[in-house]
Amino acid sequence: MVGCTAQEILTMTHKSPLVIIGAGPAGLAAADVAGRLGIDTIVLDDQKSAGGQIYRGLSDIGDNLLKVLGPEYKSGRELVSGLEHASVTWKPQATVWQITEDGTVYYSDPTGSSYLQSEQVILATGALERPMPFPGWTLPGVMTAGGIQIALKTAGLTPEGEFVLVGSGPLLLLLTRQVLNAGGKITALIETTPRQNSFRALKYFPGMLKSRELLRSGIQLTGVIRKHGIPHYRHASSLTAVGKEKVEGLQFRSGGRMHELGCSVLGIHIGVVPNIQISRHLNLSHDWQPVQHCWYPRTGPCGETELSWLRIAGDGRGIFGAKAAELQGTLAAWSAIVSLDKTDQSGAKEMIQITKEKLLPLSSARPFIDCLYAPSQEFLTPADETIVCRCEEVSAGDIRSYVDLGCTGPNQTKSFGRPGMGPCQGRYCGLVVSELIADQRQVPVSEVGYYRIRPPIKPVTLAELASLHKQGM
Amino acid sequence: MASVFRFSRSINRDTRLVSIQFENQVIEAREGETIAAALLANGIDFTRKTPVNGQARAPFCMVGTCFECLMEVDQIPNLQACMIEVQEGMVVGRMYGPRNPDDDT
Repeated sequence: MVGCTAQEILTMTHKSPLVIIGAGPAGLAAADVAGRLGIDTIVLDDQKSAGGQIYRGLSDIGDNLLKVLGPEYKSGRELVSGLEHASVTWKPQATVWQITEDGTVYYSDPTGSSYLQSEQVILATGALERPMPFPGWTLPGVMTAGGIQIALKTAGLTPEGEFVLVGSGPLLLLLTRQVLNAGGKITALIETTPRQNSFRALKYFPGMLKSRELLRSGIQLTGVIRKHGIPHYRHASSLTAVGKEKVEGLQFRSGGRMHELGCSVLGIHIGVVPNIQISRHLNLSHDWQPVQHCWYPRTGPCGETELSWLRIAGDGRGIFGAKAAELQGTLAAWSAIVSLDKTDQSGAKEMIQITKEKLLPLSSARPFIDCLYAPSQEFLTPADETIVCRCEEVSAGDIRSYVDLGCTGPNQTKSFGRPGMGPCQGRYCGLVVSELIADQRQVPVSEVGYYRIRPPIKPVTLAELASLHKQGM
Repeated sequence: MASVFRFSRSINRDTRLVSIQFENQVIEAREGETIAAALLANGIDFTRKTPVNGQARAPFCMVGTCFECLMEVDQIPNLQACMIEVQEGMVVGRMYGPRNPDDDT
């Protein structure tokens, strides 16, 4: 490429013993461990400030906003100091778009594209909100609850006018509290958690009791909704967002009849799933999670993968929340450091043991939460007219018709109608397309598989690629 | 029926005011916020029309995942408005359909 051989490019790369991708709780905790031991570490993140989405904007937050977001948010402050160690280099606004099998990490930042050669890589790319497709979800004004929360965290914004929240999961309740704290108004909260989930989750309740902190925050959140007297609908189904040029209302069924509420902003959310773009593009094995309806990359106890130089930590490995992500970051770092052979092995192994013990109570609450907030079937296999691939505007009915024509998996449906081939590269349709194909074929999703993710995993321009060649020359 | 799609500045962040140009109007933004956030605060109710069917789309995920907020920023097309912070004098426009390959020359 452009007068430069692949070998020449490799010799120009900057070497680093440890590269951490993602500066959320897991990545920051990992950086702190490495930094304390003086190990040269590079941390890449696509945002301008560290903290991940959970502690987004923490570095320059005012006291007013801190009060609104709640005490949990403050705990991110200590974490961000993990980047202050002398041996840790922080690269903000760096979007990783490829990792090759030898551990070379390619990324773009405002100065162009670059690459790093590493001995060990820790992937801490966190979670994405699960796609929640229903008719009308592409209308302007329909936003994810996570997106609305980011507008609040980074700009102090809350929806004006009629604001309806619909879906399920802890984040939906947390956002409700934060918007109210900020002086915003909520027209209605509509929960889509199916009635049977509560019964199914009941047997896991003893595990939830072991994590008192989570239990307490759950009770507090539901209390806030009651206190503010927000109209609260439960077990809602048959959602349709209505509107011509933008969202004007939501139709849904609850309590045995149809309702329609007017709204100018509709917040939607049905949980988060691991961001697996990088582990998928490295062709690692992923296991289907039948309760959470998503893929987890196959990892060992410290986040080890099939590649000896790669570990995964945090929600990108499986959804366990921010506190667990920190501990997983610590685990992955110690385990990577053992591989680097840069420290006293027995000390590192002891740290691994201690961290594993701390993780246990946090993991014990998950079966209850996962089962209670398992997504409703109507968002897994939506009605025919629902757009599933937002980028290429492919509907659920289109996907079903491709299966009827003989498609057996999501990589074949790409050739028929381009689902998953737009700029988001399947992030907002991949799970749904696999579910639809499996349902139509009447086989398990694990048999249908997922999109083959190919680099660049974020769009890069030819000019950025060309700029690789100039480096170090 | 429902009011406009707009966000209120509920929490005062005390950062500097900047002006950006959006499709022949000047809008006010706060330093440190993204273009997408500034547009929400100004009631700009769509950011692009899709290349496939010309549907209007607006910021959706705000974290760089969904690509619904693709816009032209300082003459560079297809940039994610939720990933770029506002700057004084920045010129922002909607994307109408796909990027024009002739613009690259």
